[in-house]
Amino acid sequence: MEVLDLARWQFGITTVYHFFFVPLTIGLSVLVAGMQTAWWRTGDERWLRLTKFFGKLFLINFAMGIATGIVQEFQFGMNWSDYSRFVGDIFGAPLAIEGLLAFFLESTFLGLWIFGWDRLKPGLHLACLWIAALGTVLSAYFILAANSFMQNPVGYTFNAEKNRAELTDFGAVMTNKVLLATFPHQIVGCFMVAGAFVAGVALWQMMRHPDRDASTFQPAFRLGAVVLLVAGLGTMITGDFQGKVMTEVQPMKMAAAEGLYDDAAPAPFSLLTVGTLDGSEEVFKLEIPKLLSFLGTGTFDGEVRGIDSLQAEYEQKYGPGDYAPNVPVTYWTFRAMITAGGLAMLAGAAMLWSTRGGRTPSSRWMLRAAIVLPLLPMAANSFGWIFTEMGRQPWVVFGLMPTASGVSPSTSVAEVATSLAAFTALYGVLAVIEVRLLLRYIGKGLPELDPPRDRDDIDAPLAFAY
Amino acid sequence: MDLTTFWFILIAVLWVGYLVLEGFDFGVGMLMAVLAKDDRERRVLLNTIGPVWDGNEVWLIVAGGATFAAFPEWYATMFSGFYLPRLLILIALIVRIIGIEFRSKRDDAAWRRRCDTAIVIGSVVPAVLWGVALANIVRGVPIDADKEYVGGLLDLLNPYGLLGGLVTLSVFLVHGAFFVGLKTEGPIRERAIELGVRAGVVAAALTTLFVVWTAVRDGGTAVWILGALVLVAFVLGLLSAVARLDGWAFTGTSVAIGLLVVMLFAALFPDVMVSSLDPLWSLTTTNAASTPYTLRIMSWVALAFTPIVVLYQGWSYWVFRRRIGVQHIPV
Ligand code: HDD
Ligand code: HEM
Ligand code: HEM
Repeated sequence: MEVLDLARWQFGITTVYHFFFVPLTIGLSVLVAGMQTAWWRTGDERWLRLTKFFGKLFLINFAMGIATGIVQEFQFGMNWSDYSRFVGDIFGAPLAIEGLLAFFLESTFLGLWIFGWDRLKPGLHLACLWIAALGTVLSAYFILAANSFMQNPVGYTFNAEKNRAELTDFGAVMTNKVLLATFPHQIVGCFMVAGAFVAGVALWQMMRHPDRDASTFQPAFRLGAVVLLVAGLGTMITGDFQGKVMTEVQPMKMAAAEGLYDDAAPAPFSLLTVGTLDGSEEVFKLEIPKLLSFLGTGTFDGEVRGIDSLQAEYEQKYGPGDYAPNVPVTYWTFRAMITAGGLAMLAGAAMLWSTRGGRTPSSRWMLRAAIVLPLLPMAANSFGWIFTEMGRQPWVVFGLMPTASGVSPSTSVAEVATSLAAFTALYGVLAVIEVRLLLRYIGKGLPELDPPRDRDDIDAPLAFAY
Repeated sequence: MDLTTFWFILIAVLWVGYLVLEGFDFGVGMLMAVLAKDDRERRVLLNTIGPVWDGNEVWLIVAGGATFAAFPEWYATMFSGFYLPRLLILIALIVRIIGIEFRSKRDDAAWRRRCDTAIVIGSVVPAVLWGVALANIVRGVPIDADKEYVGGLLDLLNPYGLLGGLVTLSVFLVHGAFFVGLKTEGPIRERAIELGVRAGVVAAALTTLFVVWTAVRDGGTAVWILGALVLVAFVLGLLSAVARLDGWAFTGTSVAIGLLVVMLFAALFPDVMVSSLDPLWSLTTTNAASTPYTLRIMSWVALAFTPIVVLYQGWSYWVFRRRIGVQHIPV
């Protein structure tokens, strides 16, 4: 393998891994803040116990998010130095602003929230969590601004003398149309993860320990399931919008996502294809007429370009080369994203139905579904990103810089192989630790509340300590 | 002042913030190995940094991001060049985060021992390597005409670089001990200060050697003055510790670390990375910089938000200002 392949594998592995934790952090911070708000407003102690229970799970997840996030920040420089030199003038700014505006907020106010139970007045303590939650959403905006520039470069000129892209319009970068489509889609995707997580864990508790706090988990389950369904609808609406933007700025990605080789008007949406995807042979296929036209253009007989004609156009524009991404990967990850999200919504709806009127379902299938539920939107997020990033290939910055030119020229195969192996091994171990811890705390159930303590007793134990 | 100079200063400020703040986190982490006698004492140590360590680490992330935004060439050359040390630092930081955050999540002696090991290693390794890296940036490393690092790992392990590593290691240990002296009560506080003073003598000797070496290499008056101030601050910190003035002792090491970073940046200026092959190939504040437009936008953002960050981080230290002792650790 060459440095390029190893570097790509490393980036893919570490980023997908970072992104297992990020959506749960973003969504769950808001849901836990909502639970604590419910307690603060009503004084109902069930919400306090839920806050502490899900808060603990949130923090276990958050620790993994920061541990893996640090790698992201420096990875561009380590493996992608030529990319960094080329786009740094534009790409560095959102990254730096993300740190300054978002990560400082998140880390400081979460510290205050975790340890501040007996140090801050209840309202202020709650505000700290909301501020941290705001930080996570801000961080998503800025990092997506950076990524959107890679999908659809705007607000720059190319400086041939320095061989780099230079920023000319910061406002354009921060309002990139891809960003305006991606950000809402991403945020609702995060809420699907968090909703499914809360719903799945709560339902599992209700079914496994019906005599233990089932009446407390009931409202948590409803909250989670409703968030899941609403956010699920949100992903469809925003995803539809994103599809249109994508067809406009990266038609090749849409063509590859559909395995569509020839221009078509109207274009059908392919549900399933069996056979070879290089277009030479099709054994079986199932499609919905005209749907792709609608997804891509908003009308039922709009034209959707095919891979072959785009390839010809790009060869003229950029010179000889292969401008199509890996078609099977793009085709299947796109479908996997939608299917996993759809399954999550179906399961959520079935669970809501089975708990109507305060019932607790008892079927083994429901229990299994509760366990799988949180994994589905998580998978949808990963598939969505793998689709987005692989569908951009062979470009690292669309139309400007091929991925192959972004890699560090001075880094050796041995170095990248070492780091790839080290991160993969370390991340594997961490995954085991993390999952065990989560299961352990989920199994324990709701914590008992400590008796109120005397705030003036300076020798009293801390309300919370590591 | 030129915007590039302004950003050079700002990045120096971020490194000052990072090393002063995370410096004592590292110190406390190392002390987990030597200072605490039992699990409760270890938890006392851990909880002195518990609420704040993550906010401290973000200074590094912002320093990285700011370098990327303001001096992309510096970011690219430094992190692709120092590949393996960088990898080690990242792994150490990850291991340390997991140790800190997950240690008390299980009530199991073997688990906690493993987490302690993670915290100690995760503190020692970056404490040494940051020193090695900073010293090498100032000393000069093989960088070719394309701004690419062409050396190997061994190029970084020269006497000056290694001395830099020992300085940061020992100074952070003392800094962490004085932080514990300020934040705890009971026997552990006494032991921390005593250990800090003893280690402080060694650290002072190493720092003197390093400061003089740096000043001789550089030759500039500013570096000599800054170097002298580093030593004065450090020694005053030690003396304050002997006099049991906890606040002043910690202030002394904080100022010393801050000035040490300033001294290194002063020695570096106007370069940002020195090429040992040909001075013409060095990266400088101008040839590594972003465009004036980017720098201007980033300047507004930095001027608007850095003070706010400092305010709320300061507030969080104020909220957790109370000393803790073993009696405060819940079972
Ligand atoms: C819970 C997760 C989830 C669910 C259920 C969906 N998506 Fe999605 N999708 C994502 C999570 C996601 C994502 C991981 O968040 C991506 C990756 C990059 C991005 O912006 O969002 C994404 C990317 C993404 C893209 C690629 C954008 C680009 O490359 O520029 C399109 C066109 C869609 N989605 C469309 C849809 C449609 C039409 C959906 C359902 C009907 C849908 N998504 C469900
Ligand atoms: C929003 C911030 C992101 C940025 C700035 C970013 C940037 C990059 C870069 C620089 C590469 C390497 C070059 C390349 O192979 O094209 C890459 C590849 C990749 N990224 Fe992203 N990425 C982001 C988010 C994500 C997320 C959240 C995921 C998945 C969960 C992801 C998945 C991947 C994958 C799978 C690859 C490898 C693709 C390939 O090499 O074929 N990315 N990305
Ligand atoms: C490839 C590009 C990425 C980079 C450079 C990056 C960088 C980082 C860093 C440095 C941290 C640690 C912050 C801390 O210590 O508090 C972090 C955590 C985080 N990142 Fe990423 N990240 C990337 C991808 C993403 C994406 C695509 C998103 C969201 C859409 C995201 C959202 C977050 C959030 C919310 C956190 C907070 C902690 C957590 O994840 O649990 N990141 N990231």
